[in-house]
Amino acid sequence: MSHGLKRRSVALLFVTAIVLLYGVVYPNLSVVVSSFQRAGAWTLVNYREILSQRIVIEAIVSSLGLSVATVLFCAVVGVPLAFLFERFTFPGRRIFAALAALPLVLPPLVGTVAFIFLAGETGMLAHGIQNLFGLQSPPWRLRGWPALILFHTYTMYPFFYVLTGAGLRRIDASLAEAARSLGASQTTVLRRVLLPQLTPSLVAAALLTFMTSMASFSAPLLFGGDVRVLTLEIYTARQRGEFVMAITETVILAVISLAALIFFQRYEGTRRFAAAAMKGAPRRRASISSGTVRVLATILAVVFAIVLVLPVATLFLVSFAREGSWTTQTLPSAYTLANYQRLFGDPYAAEVFFNSFTMSAIAAVAALLWSFAVVTVLRRGKNERRFFGEGWRRLLSLLVLVPWALPGTVVAVSVAEAYGEPSLLLGSFVLVGTFWILPVVYFLRFMPLVVRALQASMEQLDPTLEEAAGSLGARAWQRFMRVTLPLVWPGAVAGTLLAFVIALGEYVASVLVFVPANRPISIAIASELRDFNLGAAAAYGVVLIVIISISMMLAGRLERLRG
Amino acid sequence: MPLLSLNAVSRTFGTTRAVDHVSLDVNQGEFFGLLGPSGCGKTTTLRMIAGLEKPDSGSIVFQNEDITNLPPERRGFGMVFQNYALFPHLNVFENVAFGLRARHKTKAEMNERVSSALELVQLSGYGKRAVDELSGGQQQRVAIARAIAIEPALLLFDEPLSNLDVSLREETRSELRELVTRLGLTAVYVTHDQEEAFALCDRISVMVGGRLMQTGRPRELYEQPAEISVASFLGRNNLIKAMRLSSSNTADGEFKTLEGEHTLHLRVKHDDLAPLNKPVYVAIRPEHVELSMNNNNAENSLRGSIREIVFGGATSTVRVDANGLLVEALVLRTNGLEVNQPCNVILPPDHLTLLKNP
Repeated sequence: MSHGLKRRSVALLFVTAIVLLYGVVYPNLSVVVSSFQRAGAWTLVNYREILSQRIVIEAIVSSLGLSVATVLFCAVVGVPLAFLFERFTFPGRRIFAALAALPLVLPPLVGTVAFIFLAGETGMLAHGIQNLFGLQSPPWRLRGWPALILFHTYTMYPFFYVLTGAGLRRIDASLAEAARSLGASQTTVLRRVLLPQLTPSLVAAALLTFMTSMASFSAPLLFGGDVRVLTLEIYTARQRGEFVMAITETVILAVISLAALIFFQRYEGTRRFAAAAMKGAPRRRASISSGTVRVLATILAVVFAIVLVLPVATLFLVSFAREGSWTTQTLPSAYTLANYQRLFGDPYAAEVFFNSFTMSAIAAVAALLWSFAVVTVLRRGKNERRFFGEGWRRLLSLLVLVPWALPGTVVAVSVAEAYGEPSLLLGSFVLVGTFWILPVVYFLRFMPLVVRALQASMEQLDPTLEEAAGSLGARAWQRFMRVTLPLVWPGAVAGTLLAFVIALGEYVASVLVFVPANRPISIAIASELRDFNLGAAAAYGVVLIVIISISMMLAGRLERLRG
Repeated sequence: MPLLSLNAVSRTFGTTRAVDHVSLDVNQGEFFGLLGPSGCGKTTTLRMIAGLEKPDSGSIVFQNEDITNLPPERRGFGMVFQNYALFPHLNVFENVAFGLRARHKTKAEMNERVSSALELVQLSGYGKRAVDELSGGQQQRVAIARAIAIEPALLLFDEPLSNLDVSLREETRSELRELVTRLGLTAVYVTHDQEEAFALCDRISVMVGGRLMQTGRPRELYEQPAEISVASFLGRNNLIKAMRLSSSNTADGEFKTLEGEHTLHLRVKHDDLAPLNKPVYVAIRPEHVELSMNNNNAENSLRGSIREIVFGGATSTVRVDANGLLVEALVLRTNGLEVNQPCNVILPPDHLTLLKNP
């Protein structure tokens, strides 16, 4: 390819490296270094002290236990659902299929709040049963292990459902037919043909579920009860002012997360199947022959669809509840628009929305621009080994992924630790305490999403198109502007929108480092909740959900534009 | 002076030598073919000519100028890709105009050149269409129009017809040849289809395993293949293992076949004679083998019996076992022929080719 662009390539490489150095390498290193230091001297005493506390050991065990349990429960729910809805067709199938991924787009804090309104001991279900049977006390308390596992299963089962479904769609129908023609029974086909091919999807789903559960913060905070997980421990340690303890626990959380990532990816690597088949026919969904089973499947689809929608519907209802109208009643007794009027009239609320919008937009746009630099550099590294070695390219992709693999808690704590006082890299400028801390944290947390979206678009791009443009006389810049960019921007912008909406509802990292000048929506929701302004908290959540839905629809449009 | 020269060009991917010291010359106005089985390195060679791949060693010279390190956009060669590589986000007009925009042509000149290019490929009036609305054959024509619109100094084709169905392929083939001749262009054409190469090209280089085996006019390659790989790649061939006889002292070569121990006479030049007592290959095309029912005294007439008769439409193949040596003959009629019937096969010396040792 062309060799005349050395200067531009070097500039891109420089930008890429600087961001990774400031955003990923230095903060993470400084957390690790601080965890091994006390009073300026190297020591293991921090670890020794912390690991001798029962509460910390409990937190580690709880985090791991909760994550493993979450993976198992999500698999048990998600995989059979994927088989049912991907392999068969019956009335009602589409209703569920359309809603299946709904919990994934709920911001964790909003989901948690909705769940409390629905299933908490003062929620609609509990009140309903209490009123129906005239009970003295609520029939259950939404606390501890069962509550956490239930909520995690509700929010994270889509990883298994979506990835298993995608895996099933990829499997060539003729493989199962070939197995049947060779004398294999239905169950043998499932065990020896389908499941082995699904392994990569299942491993990927398990990884995502495990990592998300490990990073989970809102649910343990609001209804974890006695279950103390690491993210919560880190938060409370910081609240108490025990920064060294928080940092050491952060390192432990980061190590567990990265170890899980490596473990799962190892396993995935050994089980990847090359598409050995030629052009295959996708499997058609079979219709269920037995009438009873079909009715059961339909009922199941409708029930699950209702279960999926209920928390959001609850939130919606509560957002219209008049203050004080929902105490012991099953449903609020009086409705009003006051909550929304407050939201749009109150200067405080307006400021919160403005903050979240501005910070998320800054982070998302920066991620979009930067991802072009990273992806260009990575692609050049792949095409031209002379540009830089394969080892460097691997390291670069790894560093880009690190903030994605680390829990939000870790990202926030490490940035706060690195830039909490005058530092080597920023001189006298202290990032912590300024407006910019949150845009930076949002950028770091969500730029891997944008990079991956752009990479996926680039991979779909037929390389001969750029070659054709080159043979027609287009220089590198013209090739990029006139061929590459027009073809990849829908995917990249879709990824950017996704990053934007996730940042909009971000809570885990924000709660650790926000300042009055950049108070985001999630902090406002939490404080309304603390003041028992349930309607106002719900109204914030509904507005977030509406914005997210619109953005996701736009992103979907863009995805189709690309196809 | 050749227009384009490749001098000992090599390219390695990992540990495989994709192209191994390939040298060739292409003359002005020539339709030049690169022919070989898949994986032989012909596409890599073409991509190095286009500048899309850089040779590890060797040089590429165009019009007396070394272009080995020149990026593709500065070579001014038009290229037609196997998958056409049409820009999906641009319509037909914009696809054809792409190279002209890159050259900052005026609007008037661009319009004129695009419409004349579209006219040449019989797609006038298709300018506003989206490329995915077109049939495969039409997309193919757009790709050709796009390449000729820049008035290329050299036109490169990478198996451009392989995605078309058979009838369309033959039609497009003759149109393509006519177009290139009419515009007075020089073309390098990569294909694995021998019939296509023979029909299109003035000269052809046959590549096998990354190396260039033989260059010549289609008829030369077919009738006088220099190597076993060329002989067996281009159509059916009887390859007979034989050894030159030490007693031979005539201008003709006298060989003994290893199977059947027949004595064969070849018209070979003295300096081309094979070394003594070393097995070599002698080749003859099935259509040149004559079949005779009665004993005769023709030169190189071998006694045998029919082993197999394969009906093949216009012509049929008869396999004859001559004392252990299997010879294939192409016949027009199989009337009166039966399996196990004794017969003679005649291998006319004019058609026997001595192949170079591999």
